[in-house]
Amino acid sequence: MTTHATTREHVAAPERMPRATTIGLARAGIELKTFFRERDAVIFIFAYPVLMLAIFATVFSDQTIGLGPGRELSFAAYFLPGMVATGLLLTSFQNLAISIAVERDEGTLKRLRGTPMPPAAYFLGKIGSVLVVSVVQMAILFAVARLVFDIDMPGASGWATFAWIFALGTASGAVCGVAFSSLPRSGRSASAVVTPVVLVLQFVSGVFFAFPDLPGWMQQLAALFPLKWMAQGMRAVFLPDEAKAIEPLGEWELPMVAAVLAAYLVVGLVLGVRTFRWRRRDDG
Amino acid sequence: MDEAAIKVTGLRKRYGDKQAVDGLDLEVRRGEIFAVLGPNGAGKTTTVEILEGFRRRDAGEVAVLGVDPQHGDRRWRSRIGIVLQSLEDRPELTVREQVHHAARFYPRPRDPEEVIATVGLAEKAATRSRQLSGGQRRRLDVALGIIGSPELVFLDEPTTGFDPEARRAFWELVRALRADGTTILLTTHYLDEAEALADRCAVVANGRVVALDTPKNLGGRAERLAQVRWLEDGVQRSVETTEPTALVRELATRFPGEVPGLQVLRPTLEDVYLSLISQDTP
Repeated sequence: MTTHATTREHVAAPERMPRATTIGLARAGIELKTFFRERDAVIFIFAYPVLMLAIFATVFSDQTIGLGPGRELSFAAYFLPGMVATGLLLTSFQNLAISIAVERDEGTLKRLRGTPMPPAAYFLGKIGSVLVVSVVQMAILFAVARLVFDIDMPGASGWATFAWIFALGTASGAVCGVAFSSLPRSGRSASAVVTPVVLVLQFVSGVFFAFPDLPGWMQQLAALFPLKWMAQGMRAVFLPDEAKAIEPLGEWELPMVAAVLAAYLVVGLVLGVRTFRWRRRDDG
Repeated sequence: MDEAAIKVTGLRKRYGDKQAVDGLDLEVRRGEIFAVLGPNGAGKTTTVEILEGFRRRDAGEVAVLGVDPQHGDRRWRSRIGIVLQSLEDRPELTVREQVHHAARFYPRPRDPEEVIATVGLAEKAATRSRQLSGGQRRRLDVALGIIGSPELVFLDEPTTGFDPEARRAFWELVRALRADGTTILLTTHYLDEAEALADRCAVVANGRVVALDTPKNLGGRAERLAQVRWLEDGVQRSVETTEPTALVRELATRFPGEVPGLQVLRPTLEDVYLSLISQDTP
């Protein structure tokens, strides 16, 4: 056997490992690049809430929701909070549940696992990209709502409420998406498994109708899931305060919104950590 | 640095009632290209994935660069490079983006542009991976595997589906890695690949190493009988002998000029391999 160099030049002091946050930032960048190049997902995520708002606002353009004597609300204005909540659910939950299932199936996750990338960096990257996409999505939706449908935007305290519901809702949607990504058996079936869940949730949570118009059992069912609470919280942000009279309890119930979203955040986190797999199911 | 790159003793792994790895021993020296050969289901992939830290073992001792892969931390991972079996992932990112991104995981990466050039993708650097050919994709996989300047690289069936020319080019790439002092563990189905590249190879069958030697000597190949063939009176003659030279000399005197159709055949690596794995089939 020929002899080969058995030493390498760089055996001196070990260099520092790159920080998880630095890699996480780089991951967010590459995630965003990938996202914006997959045109179907981009169009769906940005156009869906806007399109739904436009359709429902147009169909029900001659109807209003009464808020007591002399005060009424256009349907477009009533739908906006539902579309905000739906949009955030799409970007966080649906987007992650599908994209991670595909990455697992294609072997991206296994490949990453074989590198010194810390797992935290992977999730930081996902969170970072979800945040950026959500902000862009919201900006488009608000611009259309304001400029096309002449919907009033909230004041400073409304934006403060929006900020925490946005943060908590996106975070819990994201961790639930991570956990849910383990359910589809393959990347190809991922959107067929995830999309109906999101669609059913949208209907029972009343984002397409006035929530009080739903049958009582459906309202109770919806109350078990975060979308109903996120939509209710967003109504507190975007509707005038007297509109709370038409909520189930005649209140915005913001503490309950926070509690349910936080509960999903914790449950999603625990499930996500316990069920997350870097390899496909049929790969041992 | 005298320790072996990989040392495995008594490795065992069972899936349900199938004993995938059954007391496997192996030692890979630093700086060599070591090929692992064996039929599908012989326990090759399981073994390699245990070495890579993807799977846990049931029993046995394993040290990869002096570390138990089950407890391999990020620093250990930064010292090895893994090239998995072919993947079709990340279609929308360019070669350059992927290599530059992967470099950020490592404390001591190579220069990404240099690595891209090394694997022969300089002209494809701005191409998204969905537009690469199979061979180009494989070279991108290798680029991602060596970007961290690893001491040890795992290559899992690297040239499956390559045309002969791409294969030769890939072999040169692997030899260049070894020339840099990188240890390479190669699994392959192609015996000519093992013969061309490997300093030593192990044949794995039924979860054990049934032979381990240089490709030339594997399974006593060098000592095996040579076969001398020639044509005599229009008939194909064939004699197996330990002394082919003597026989050829004798033939040379028997025929006035050239010996018609003269051939001296040594068992190929494939012959030896097939006899090794068939001996071991229960």
